[in-house]
This record gives sequence, structure tokens and C-alpha cells, in this order.
Amino acid sequence: MTGELGQLALCFALALSLVMAVAGLIGTRAEANAARRVATSSALGFLVFIVLAFAALTYAFVVSDFSVALVAGHSHTLKPLEIMPSIVGWEMCIRDRLWVLVLALYAGMVALLQRGGERLTSGALGVQGLLAAAFILFILFTSNPFLRLDPAPFEGAGLTPLLQDPGLAMHPPMLYAGYVGLSASFSYAAAALLVGEAGWARAARPFMLIAWIALTCGIALGSWWAYYELGWGGFWGWDPVENASLMPWLIATALLHSALATEKSGAFRTWTLLLAIAGFSMSLIGTFLVRSGVLSSVHAFASDPTRGFFIMVLIALAIGGALALFAWRAPTLQGGAAFEPASRETALLLNNVFLVAACACVFAGTLYPLILDALNGTKITVGPPYYVITFAPIFFALLLLVPFGPQLGWKRGDLKAAWHSLYPALGLAAIAAIAVLAIVAPRTIAATGAFAVAAWLIGASIIDVRKRKGARASAFAAALAHAGLGVTLMGVAGTTAWRSEAITAVAPGQSFTVGPYTLRFDGVSRVKGPNYIADRAHVVVMDGGKPGAVLQPEHRLYPAEGQDMSDTAIRTTGLRDLYLALGDERDDGRFALRAYVSPLAPLIWIGGLIMALGGMLSLWGRLRAPAREPAAPAAPAVAQAAE
Amino acid sequence: MKAVIAFLLLMVPALAAPVADTFSNPAMEARARNLQRQFRCLVCAGENVDESGSPFSADVRHLIREQIAAGQSDSQVQDFLVARYGDVILMKPPMQPDTWLLWLAPFLVLGAGGAVAWVVVKKAAARST
Repeated sequence: MTGELGQLALCFALALSLVMAVAGLIGTRAEANAARRVATSSALGFLVFIVLAFAALTYAFVVSDFSVALVAGHSHTLKPLEIMPSIVGWEMCIRDRLWVLVLALYAGMVALLQRGGERLTSGALGVQGLLAAAFILFILFTSNPFLRLDPAPFEGAGLTPLLQDPGLAMHPPMLYAGYVGLSASFSYAAAALLVGEAGWARAARPFMLIAWIALTCGIALGSWWAYYELGWGGFWGWDPVENASLMPWLIATALLHSALATEKSGAFRTWTLLLAIAGFSMSLIGTFLVRSGVLSSVHAFASDPTRGFFIMVLIALAIGGALALFAWRAPTLQGGAAFEPASRETALLLNNVFLVAACACVFAGTLYPLILDALNGTKITVGPPYYVITFAPIFFALLLLVPFGPQLGWKRGDLKAAWHSLYPALGLAAIAAIAVLAIVAPRTIAATGAFAVAAWLIGASIIDVRKRKGARASAFAAALAHAGLGVTLMGVAGTTAWRSEAITAVAPGQSFTVGPYTLRFDGVSRVKGPNYIADRAHVVVMDGGKPGAVLQPEHRLYPAEGQDMSDTAIRTTGLRDLYLALGDERDDGRFALRAYVSPLAPLIWIGGLIMALGGMLSLWGRLRAPAREPAAPAAPAVAQAAE
Repeated sequence: MKAVIAFLLLMVPALAAPVADTFSNPAMEARARNLQRQFRCLVCAGENVDESGSPFSADVRHLIREQIAAGQSDSQVQDFLVARYGDVILMKPPMQPDTWLLWLAPFLVLGAGGAVAWVVVKKAAARST
């Protein structure tokens, strides 16, 4: 019954999204007040029905109603009861449908906040409505979650054990909040093109910030999950799924910077619009082409042509439509700003050039093998070495330039003064480089350079904070985010250059060393989890001959799914991780153990968190400020330079 | 994890071919490990043969070590594996006419972006004076 109610709710939501689309677009005309009210209320109604549909699906999941296809495909009664109603399985269950739920939430926010002029908001709702209708149709026709199975299977197919982890349950919703969040700036940009209103960058900024924060957190959480769950000790593999989240992040970062220039000084109007379109396009391409596996090989496309075809049409319409609108209307918005070569505007422009080039690199690396295979059947692999050669230098150059931006004034900056005020940061960078060369072995140019740049970024942020002393909290957002970049860079450089590893087979009582640690393997005990059985190793960290902390990596077998996987044990000092993963027992009674010592690894994710905090600070300031341009734009220079 | 198992299986004398699967010579072992990271496990998702646990990777690791033991240079080992499995086994895509665009695209975008930025800044500067 609930399944049918859910189906009905989804159909109502479809109808309301269509109403929202039509009314919203009519509402872009000056006199259409009634249409604007309809658009607003249908957006809220749409949200209500989508929430109802997902509540029905959640209910079916909680009571293990295996006659609902989606539940049968992803759940199992052996699921641990404590996580059963939790977000873990639920999230897995609705995964692809989450897109629509988040879209509805953003539409609701656009409708409630009513940022920007009423015609602009109405147009944004109209475009959101179009997107929502397209996605619901996609769900209903290609993968209806409420499809009934007759007869209902006795038992569900279960959930891949790899995915039964809270860390995993958290990061995809985060990423989705980011991907779909870019739809809000996309809708505002399209509405701005229709209405010809310039204030859209200010109106859409909170949505850009939310999307960027969510993407930052999602990428950091995803990388952390891969690190502690997959057992290979790495944190980023440049695989298509990771790249799919990195591309929107790069464009969203460029958009945040460019939109700031548009808002503060009217520069780069058309470019910012194009970036807003590109950001959401990257989300679409990332999630639907790469994640869904449609293009992972030509054969996947052939095996499910309806789904693939639908996705292609959807993406082509969304991106093509927006670009056509851009080509048609953008020339009417021309109004080049005036600024000097040494100015904040130039700095932001350079930021964009580097970020877009970095994104082009990830884009080429992700899609080129697919295209080449489709064109002439040549198969190549684009692995990490490609990104080390292309992405790394481009991003490195960007990081070198970052500290100048906040030191330069709008319109007319003083490069010499900026340079002078950055001297202490330069000194800090030199000290960092010398310290790394003197203290740590092995000496590598890359690690030395990375630490110098990290110190340069963090030092510049401190200078920036001191300069703004006494300003409101959101003035420190950029300094915080840029410092976060430096922190992450230190983590990446530390683990990459100085990781030590030991891959051994040990018998109980045997000791081995990895990096500075001596570890004693005390044997393995068999433990029973809620839906798995595991070998749990007891590994003692020896502290000067005396036993210290105990690490317990596990090797788990999930009988329902017939899969096994490792549960790593990580002991961190905050500056260094000791990382253990247990393998199988061998015939001679010895156990395979993989041990890593990753210096500075935690900094990778701490830096990501700091960046996200910077974003939140800025968002907080934005939501408190009035949504429209204040009548008197004479804000003090420092406060304005803040964001 | 499976990498370890496969790796260890290779160390079991009964299964091992004439070539040992860890070299006692640290320089040779380092070369082998370094080479292993440069080839992709063709049956896994994006793992190299050093970290992957598949039987395929175990085979390739063994081939690499055989070649090193036979005195082949790194590039000869690479040529041998490419001849056997094709370019797809290389983690680093080859530089050849149909991958020029792949290698150059980021820098073309950077160059084009830089050129556009140059023009934009010049125009803006002209307006501001």
C-alpha cells in the first residue's frame, strides 16, 4: 500500500514540477504577479510530495517490504537491526533518487528565501521546475523505485559489504547536496539570461556557497572513507568516480571567485554566467555519465540502451539549452568593467584560468579513454602519472598565486605593497623549506616545494587575518579557506613523500617493524558481528620493549553477500597514522599483514574541513546580510575586500 | 588485502617459478616495486599491479621479476608488457598521435585562458584610464 502511495506522491510531484516550470517562466514577465505566486507555492508543494514519496520508500525499506523492487535489490533481513532504520541502508536504497529529493529541497529554498528580484526568482524556479520534471520522468520510466515484484522475493539481495559503513553513508548525500546545489546557481544564471538582471550573482551566492561547502565536505569524507575502508593506504586514486566529484568542485571554486568579482565590481558578467552553466554541466556529466557507468565502457551503454539514451538526451537538453540561451542573450548583457592590471579582478581572473585548466585536465583524463575507445577502439589507461604531470603543476602554480588576491584592492591594487606585506609569508616558506631539507629524509624536491608553498599559503592567511582585525567574522572566510589549502597540501606531500610500508606474513608472537614502529603480532581471534564473521588480529605496538597500544584490524566475511573485506585499524597521533590491514590466514598458520606509516595523513582531511569552515563563515555572513544590493554601496574597503 | 595474499601465494615454494618473488638485492627489489606501480591491473578498477590482489596482477608481477632477473632494463620490461597486453596496461598513457590531445589539452586550455585573460585585462585597463 505504501508503495502505491509513494508512486502517487511521485506523480503529484511531477505534475507540480511542471506547473512550477510553466508558471515560473511566465513569471519572468514584469506584470505576471499571479504566475509568480503559483510558481512559489507549487515549488513548496513539489517539495512536500517528494518528501512524502521518499518517506514511503523509507517505510518500505524499514519493514523490509521486498515486493518493492528497489528494497529487494538493496536490503536484507540480516541487516543489523541498529542500522536498519538508519541512514546507511536507506541512503543506499535511494541513491540515484536522492538527486530529485535534493533538487526539491533547493527549489524549496529558492522559493522561501526569494533572493534577488521577483522576476529573477520566478525564472530560477521555472528552470528548477524543468530540471525536476525531467529527472522525475527519468526515474519513473527507467528505474521506478516503487515497481512491485510479483511474487515478492523471500529475501533481499543484500547490500555490498563495502558500502555498509557510516563513512560511506555520509559522503554521497554530501556530494549530492553539492552536485544538485549547483543546479540552483545554474537556474539563477539561466533566469538572469532571460530577465537580463545583473544582480543574480548576489542572489545566488548562498546557493553557490552551500554547493561548494557540500562538495568540499563530500570529497574530503569520500577520500577519508577510501583511506580507512579500502585497505590500500592511499587517499586519492584519480578514478572516474573521484574525478566526477573533483570536476564540479574545481568549477564551483572558480565560480565562487568569479561571481565575487561580478558582484563587487561588475566584471566578468558573461563569464560568471558561463561558469554557473558549466558547474552544473560537470555535475550532470560526472554523476550520470561516469557514476552510472553508462560510458564506463561502450558495452554498458549497449546493455541498457533506454537508460543510457535517456541520460544522454537529458544532459544534451540541459547543457545545450542553457548554452543556446547563453549564446542568444549573453551579448545583450555586455558591459565590460574597468580595472587596472594590478587589481583583485585580475587576481580572480587568473584564479579562474588555472582552475579551468585544472578542470580541463581532469575532464580530459576521465573522458579521453572513453572517447578514444568509441572512436577507433584504441584502449589506453589514464592513471595517476598523467595527473602528476599535468594537474599537479597547474594547481601548484595556482597555489603560488593565491596569497596575492586578498592583498590587492578592487579596481586598482598596489602590487608592490601587496608583495611587501607578504614578505613574512615568504620568510615562513623559506624556513619551511630549509626545515624539511634539514630534518626529514628522504629529501625530495616535490615535498620541499610543497611545504614551502603550504607555509606561503598559511603565512599569507595569517597576514590577511591580522590586516582585517576587528572586521566581522565573515571577513576571515577567504583566509581560512586558503589556509585549509595549505594544510591539505602538507598532508598530501607528507604521505606521498614519506610513507613507509611493510607487507609481511607473520606468525603469532612474531615481531616486525614499519617506519619507526616495532609491532608484535599476538594472533587472531574469531569474532561474530551482526551480519558478518571476522578474524580479528591483535597487534601490539612495542614501546621500548614494553607492550603499548593494541591495534585490531579485522578480516570480515559477510555470508549473506558471500563477500569478504578488511576492516583496517588506524592509530593516529594527529600528525602520523599507523595503519594496519589484515589479510587471509596461510596454510602454515601465518597471517598476511599490510602496515603503513603515513606521516601527516590526518592533515589532508583536516585541511578540507578548514576550507569548508571558511565557506560556512562566508555563508553565515551572507545569510545575515540583506539579499539585495544595499542602496548605499559605500562599505568600508576592508569589509568589502573580505569575501 | 588480496594483493598480499596473491603476493604471498607466490612466495610459497611449491608454487613459485625459478625466479624468487622478493629479490634479496634491495636495489633490484626497489626497481621491481617501482615497475609494478607503473602497470595497471586490467581486471580491476583502476588499481596498479603492485597494490591489486587479482591473479592477473600476480602474473604480471611475476613476469616483471622474471624480466628483471634476466637482466632486462626498465624500458625493455615495459616494451615486453606492452607487446603482450597493449598500451592499456600502462598507468601513464603513451605519447602518440592519438593521445597528443590528451596530453596537450590542459596546457592548451591554460594557454588559451591566459591569452583571453591578457586581452580582457588590457581592455579593462584601457577603460579605467
